[in-house]
Amino acid sequence: MLKERSISSERKRAAWLFLAPMLAVLVLVAAWPLVRTFYFSLTNATLVDMGRYSFVGLSNYLAYDNGRWYGVLTDPQWLASLRNTLIFAVVSVSLETILGVLIAVLLNASFPGRGMLRAAMLVPWAIPTVVSAKMWGWMLNDQFGVVNDALMKLGLIAEPVAWLADPTLSLISVILVDVWKTTPFVALLALAALQMVPKDCYEAARVDGIHPVKVFFQVTLPLIAPALAVAVVFRLLDAMRMFDLVYVMTGTTDSTMTLSVFARQELVDFQDVGYGSAASTLVFFIIALLTALYVMSVRLDLDGRRQ
Amino acid sequence: MKRVLAGTGLTVACIALAFFLLFPLYYAVLTSLKSGSELFRVDYWPTDIDLSSYVRIWQEQPFARNILNSIFVATCVVALSLALALTAAYALGRVQFRGRKFLLYTILGVSMFPQVAVLSGLFEVIRTLGLYNNLGGLILSYMIFTLPFTVWVLTTFMRDLPVEIEEAAIMDGLSPFVIVTRIFMPLMGPAMVATGLLAFIAAWNEFLFALTFTLSNEQRTVPVAIALITGASEYELPWGNIMAASVIVTVPLIALVLIFQRRLVAGLTAGAVKG
Amino acid sequence: MAGVRLENVTKRFGNTDVIRNIELDVADGEFLVFVGPSGCGKSTMLRLIAGLEEATSGKIWIDDREVTHLPPAKRGVSMVFQSYALYPHMDAYKNIAFGLQTSGASDDSVDQRVRRVAGMLQIDDLLHRKPRELSGGQRQRVAIARAIVREPQVFLFDEPLSNLDAALRAQTRLEIARLHDELKATMIYVTHDQLEAMTLADRIVLLNSGRIEQAGKPTELYRRPATRFAAEFMGSPKMNILPVNVEGGQAVLPSDERVPLATQHTGPADLGVRPENISLAAAGEPGSLRARVLHVEELGESRIIHASLADRTSLAVRYPADAPTPKKGEDIALRLDSDHLHLFGRDGARIG
Repeated sequence: MLKERSISSERKRAAWLFLAPMLAVLVLVAAWPLVRTFYFSLTNATLVDMGRYSFVGLSNYLAYDNGRWYGVLTDPQWLASLRNTLIFAVVSVSLETILGVLIAVLLNASFPGRGMLRAAMLVPWAIPTVVSAKMWGWMLNDQFGVVNDALMKLGLIAEPVAWLADPTLSLISVILVDVWKTTPFVALLALAALQMVPKDCYEAARVDGIHPVKVFFQVTLPLIAPALAVAVVFRLLDAMRMFDLVYVMTGTTDSTMTLSVFARQELVDFQDVGYGSAASTLVFFIIALLTALYVMSVRLDLDGRRQ
Repeated sequence: MKRVLAGTGLTVACIALAFFLLFPLYYAVLTSLKSGSELFRVDYWPTDIDLSSYVRIWQEQPFARNILNSIFVATCVVALSLALALTAAYALGRVQFRGRKFLLYTILGVSMFPQVAVLSGLFEVIRTLGLYNNLGGLILSYMIFTLPFTVWVLTTFMRDLPVEIEEAAIMDGLSPFVIVTRIFMPLMGPAMVATGLLAFIAAWNEFLFALTFTLSNEQRTVPVAIALITGASEYELPWGNIMAASVIVTVPLIALVLIFQRRLVAGLTAGAVKG
Repeated sequence: MAGVRLENVTKRFGNTDVIRNIELDVADGEFLVFVGPSGCGKSTMLRLIAGLEEATSGKIWIDDREVTHLPPAKRGVSMVFQSYALYPHMDAYKNIAFGLQTSGASDDSVDQRVRRVAGMLQIDDLLHRKPRELSGGQRQRVAIARAIVREPQVFLFDEPLSNLDAALRAQTRLEIARLHDELKATMIYVTHDQLEAMTLADRIVLLNSGRIEQAGKPTELYRRPATRFAAEFMGSPKMNILPVNVEGGQAVLPSDERVPLATQHTGPADLGVRPENISLAAAGEPGSLRARVLHVEELGESRIIHASLADRTSLAVRYPADAPTPKKGEDIALRLDSDHLHLFGRDGARIG
């Protein structure tokens, strides 16, 4: 008796077979380690001997002992990192978006040399983050840096500024370098979005004699807003988990420490796997929360529109 | 009159923009052509061309080895990502099955993971597999960020391939594996080049895993090597060397990006705009 | 023997039944054409036989073997697609040979078979070209070659001529007919063009909304359409349909004119008459209908006179080209050939 195997179920079986290798790798490299990190955050494991540990429940996160609060959530340095990360993310992404859109508008007009300018835009993006960090670190060097030299020659400052040492300025420097590095990327995305806007919108506005600035705000922006919004969200999530730039430019200085730098320091430098894993898990959840908020707002928006 | 103002305003803006974009690289090149006490003097134009920094980096650390390591890791990452993603993209792009959408979005979600979040877990995995301080460990761990976008972009392109060709191949008696490798893969050239390039650049630039999962100088990749260049004392960084190393690493990358800029931009925007 | 049998086959997409309880027997070596308006399910029928779609219920047999749940590769069928579906990155030779090569046949035997088929279709000197270097007609031939080289038991054609221009279509039609004679294979062909159906088919299956409206030889469908739908579908220009009331062996038009009929039926009905079965009569001739000429179409070998009857219904009349033609606006009288009248009930079924 021939077993009835339908054609479509054969196809589905083949599909899962094709997916298996990729999924296996992802589980090994992403899913399992993530779960394991959660798990470690509930223990007091150390880097030296990760096999020997005992459960400590949520005390890595929050614990009350003898009248004092312990745990990552009360750690002043972690809270400072949270503050730094949020400031970095919001300011960076805002600047990148505004500048990116302006540059995109500039590049959207055709003029000689446009191709070369567009190519020049890819340069900051192509340079590895570490190299950018080092280049700017050198330029912002307080004693021999070219930035201080130029500013003094222009009479804008009286004495050299400690860009990377001063608590406030160091955060500003990091933001500056990130904006330098990422604005081109945002600009290219915005440009792609701009080029998808049908030209007749502009022409209609021009015929109507509307001022270009008004056209920009009331016609162009709303039309590229959806694509831009996606880019902004991705950039925000990226900025919240940033590590490389801060670590290479300013090391583990308190004033610029981001959530990721904090977590790694606990994990690798202080060898406290339990505490470090708790910090890592928190980063994950913050990002997951933001992602969920975004997804829900998109769904709500769609539902709202449907109604 | 307004037009002339606008024209000059445009030109000024363009020049300012170009300056802002390119000056750091220019200055790095400038610095790399100096050495010794010249470094302590700020110059805006090249004065003497001194190539000794370029010579020293090769001598003072295994920089050649570092570059080879990076090339090896990046190439393997590209090959592995494309291989895994291509077959997965066929399943995700052309076969209807339950949970397909969920899977696609979950994979996309993985690309949102903060790398620190998997650091301790991954560290354990790598140590268990004996891949600590080993380039294989890096190749494996880089999959976490190359696979998601490679799968996503290749799936999008796979979906757009015409149905009739696949049906003709089915009628011809070809197995799904043959269809993917002999019929679809040749047609996916542009997509594979774009994602391959993006994966290469991502792998080349990666820092956190390379820093954490390697120990000895010989196993280091370029970003880590550059970040950790030390001088005679803790406060005296050999900036000439650092800049020389930076230039050596950056110029080929920039050349690569400029040559393939159209494909790259297409791949990048396809991911963001279409998604 | 490579006949095809469909037993109570139904295909459902979502909530709609696209194919309903089809029963069909295709004889070995027969050239069967599925024809019908778009959306009637003819392509779906073909794909069910091919194995590209799976029947929701029912059974399919090819050559006395049940293939209902077998994948296409195991059914012994080949298909020629409307858009040819050639592999763009392979040259013509590779396109034809690829299926054979991957199934493990020796290089020599593959080469032999490819060249023989190429000769049959006269594409020998095109074998090294890629599809984009070939014209539409040439690509079609490569597609056909690819189908033939597998030596299937049944050939399936999915509207293969739709993408060709008119002249090429006529020529390729002849070639397909010739191929059928030469290969003597069972061929199942789908088209929306009733002319292709008439000229190529041994038997036509007319589909309407997933059901077989009528199946039979081309002349049967043309001379004795079973339903009004079939009558209007076959033949160009379409058969004229006049709503009438039948009483006492006569069809009474709304204009009260009468046409004699040989029928027992009484009551409302539709009277069908083909353009070539209407001729010009002398004015006032008994049994003729008054009409006014609206427009005359010149076809070269004949003319089509479009006229309107007293009650404003319009008729098409085929008129020989070499006779003096009435002019626009002229009043004429029309005689309907009583040997070639069709009567359909209001439900569409044939009465007489």
